[in-house]
Amino acid sequence: MGKWTRRGVLSAGVLGGTGLVIGIAVRPGNPTETAGHLVAGEGENLLHIYLKIDDQNRATAILPHSEMGQGAQTALTQMLAEELDADWDLMQFEEAPADAEYANMAVGRGYLFAGVDFPDAVVPTVDGLMLNLADAMGMQVTGGSMSIRATGQYFLRAAGASVREMLVKTAAKAWSVPAGEIRTAKSMLHHDASGRSAPYSEFAAAAAEMTPSSTPKLKKSSEFSIIGQSKPRHDIPSKVDGTAMFAMDVKRPGMVYAAVKRTPVAGGSLKRVDDSAARAMKGVIDVVKIGPANAAGLVGTYSAGETIAVVADSYWKAEKALAALNLEWSTDGKEQVSSASIFEQFDRDISAGVDRANDVATGDANAAFGSAATVLTADYRVPYLAHTCMEPPNATAEVTADHAEIWIGCQNPLGFRQHLAANLGLDLEQVTLHNHFMGGGFGRKSNADYALQAAMIARQVGRPVQMVYSRGEDIKQDFYRPAVQSRFKAGLDADGKLVAWQNTYVDKHEPVEAPLIPYAVASQDIGHVASPTHVPFGAWRSVDHSQHGFFTESFVDEAAHAAGRDPYEFRAEMLKDKPRMLAVLNRVAKEAGWGRPMEEGRGRGISLQESFGSIVGQVVEVTVSGGKTWVDRVVAVIDAGYAVSPDGMKAQVESGVIYGLSAAMYGEITIEKGAVAQSSFADYDAIRMHDAPVIETHIINSGAAMGGAGEPGTPGVAPALANAIFDATGKRVRTLPVIKADLRSDAEASPSVAAVGT
Amino acid sequence: MTTFTLNGEVRTVDADPETPALWVIREQLDLTGTKFGCGMAQCGACTIHVNGCAQRSCITPVASLEGASVTTIEGLKNADGSLHALQQAWIDQQAPQCGYCQSGQLMSAAALLAENPNPSDSDIDNAMRGNVCRCGMYGRIRSAIKQVAGASFYDAMEGSQNG
Repeated sequence: MGKWTRRGVLSAGVLGGTGLVIGIAVRPGNPTETAGHLVAGEGENLLHIYLKIDDQNRATAILPHSEMGQGAQTALTQMLAEELDADWDLMQFEEAPADAEYANMAVGRGYLFAGVDFPDAVVPTVDGLMLNLADAMGMQVTGGSMSIRATGQYFLRAAGASVREMLVKTAAKAWSVPAGEIRTAKSMLHHDASGRSAPYSEFAAAAAEMTPSSTPKLKKSSEFSIIGQSKPRHDIPSKVDGTAMFAMDVKRPGMVYAAVKRTPVAGGSLKRVDDSAARAMKGVIDVVKIGPANAAGLVGTYSAGETIAVVADSYWKAEKALAALNLEWSTDGKEQVSSASIFEQFDRDISAGVDRANDVATGDANAAFGSAATVLTADYRVPYLAHTCMEPPNATAEVTADHAEIWIGCQNPLGFRQHLAANLGLDLEQVTLHNHFMGGGFGRKSNADYALQAAMIARQVGRPVQMVYSRGEDIKQDFYRPAVQSRFKAGLDADGKLVAWQNTYVDKHEPVEAPLIPYAVASQDIGHVASPTHVPFGAWRSVDHSQHGFFTESFVDEAAHAAGRDPYEFRAEMLKDKPRMLAVLNRVAKEAGWGRPMEEGRGRGISLQESFGSIVGQVVEVTVSGGKTWVDRVVAVIDAGYAVSPDGMKAQVESGVIYGLSAAMYGEITIEKGAVAQSSFADYDAIRMHDAPVIETHIINSGAAMGGAGEPGTPGVAPALANAIFDATGKRVRTLPVIKADLRSDAEASPSVAAVGT
Repeated sequence: MTTFTLNGEVRTVDADPETPALWVIREQLDLTGTKFGCGMAQCGACTIHVNGCAQRSCITPVASLEGASVTTIEGLKNADGSLHALQQAWIDQQAPQCGYCQSGQLMSAAALLAENPNPSDSDIDNAMRGNVCRCGMYGRIRSAIKQVAGASFYDAMEGSQNG
């Protein structure tokens, strides 16, 4: 894998490893001229690039984010509707086309810096955010937990407010009354003195001629009637009756199906193919080889490697014939690489301090360790992880000499279009992309490899092709959450106070702040060494917080126990200068009943993690019996500033917790002879109904700058789990997944007792 | 040729007898609510009812459906076209996120309740453990099942003050 590019680092920095959608919130001029042809249909007036109103008074929000399950589209629509004073029952939404009109930061940034009037509460983050927005230009990404806190907060609210102002001005002129006497409510304009009323639609066409204001007046949170309500998600009815359209549900005239296999060792290539048996099979149309496609992902550039594809008149036949291919792959000299060799390399490089660079260097760590009453050390390790979206990567493509059309579910529609154009030798305008609901994304569907494969196969066979990954291919051809090792050292003074903290870990990725700790520790030395591997890496829900959250919140727990202190109180004492974090910690301890006695064999663990602008505290309760861990209960508290849709936020936290728990309990991708060893849910399992804990989520609306919700629930569950296991068993899990740890008590591990016990 | 009843309609398909029902239903019969998740009966996304029992269509040879009554998510609704009580409960609980696994989850839950109208938590665990939801909506799915189970229980006890 390539190293991070400068651009990659910049765009991913504050954005949390992925990026975000850029839109033109307040672009002057008539939006119909620039985007009308893209989104406005019969009877519809585009009043703003993000909003149209039809002749039935229905308002449609045009949203530059994809739906992968996070429900942000409904919440974004709430934000626009709130400022529009819309009737919620008349609101609908659609996804913006993959077009530069919805992803042009140069314009967006220019007008934002020209002074959009945002509430004071959100201003402090604007500068940092915009710096990164500029570098994400050209992207139309859903990721980084950014939809609500960036697009919604900075763009969609302004869109709703400015259109409301335009409608009021237009009505005032038509009715010859002062604009200040007109009030709006539920998509209606009212002039009470004269008793006149009209729906928005009556003035939509005239208002569409106006220039949206660049400084619309936004509501105070005390005035909200739609934001802050748990509105039912618009997409859910279609997801209970089978009508929701995912990319794989597309059918084109004359379409055929492709099953694929890419080089098992990243960087390898196809040495020899014997496809005679496959070609002789019924229904097989062609066997094609496609070369490596180069595409910039969100976290650097990659080569997708060579692929062999079988094209048949049904997917099942294509898969059967794919299995009948006799293939020989080169291993690019990686046949000796295994998970064991990778962790040996990490261990060696940490010990040698290869190119060690500091994230934090405060105080004098060496002196502090020298005078510490207690010094403890530990190494932590986490494995590679795959995403295993329920919907395997797939795409349907039709490619001719001068046009490509693709049906797909992806997190970055405009970026995918650009990669397709570049790899097919077409202009951007010659590529059409239809984005669909994603059956899970989690970061996987921000990599354009599967789009390129489908398009290249379709070009070779000259007919519409639907390419679908098998589950095995999905697991073996992912862009993995990187394996990481972290080496810790902590110093406690005679009073049990944490005075020194050292951490050396391998390979820095994003977000840059992931390895930092929030606690007041005088001497800190946090740094990273370079130890690259050939395993493709990518954004995985919460990105590097998923590894470092486990490491730091476990090791601080170790320090608490070494100091003989309660882990909750130990943390709280180091957060006196961080009232917002302390409030979350206190609240989760209270809600969980921290300190209440537990039965033998049960335990309780706590964690606190800030990520993507939100703070999450978690308490996990476990039962450990016969070496097996049952997670009984998770209590989570989130402070994301303000919850636009409280139930939607809770659902995101529940989802983040289970995703993190699946990884902590079972998740492990291993490398053998340079290739990924796992291939199914049998060897890469997830939490299921019978082992899913009760999750209780509590929301704090602190009024701080809005944070994300899609990812912040994930990082804190692994450490809270490991801390709970320690509480229950006295055994410290420093290497994930938990299922690999021997948690049997001495009695349980003793054969004679085990024989009786079972 | 295989003939079976699909969502109340008699259908005859011409497919290799070994072809998994999943692909016949999706590609030939154009009902795409039944999802491909793993092809190995490990995730439950493809769950359908065969003669009322939940079955993984990705490993069900189409020939085995000869004469059977098959229901997919598209046929789960009531005869009058209204939503099945579970579908409404799924909406009430806001159970789906990405939604890809939910056809299978609903079909497994519907088969469970048809057999056992008032399941215990462990009955729910056993009936649903074959259905993976990577969005992790298990708590909401359990609540939705219980919402309907409670209603069924109440219906069965109609007229009683014990409901």
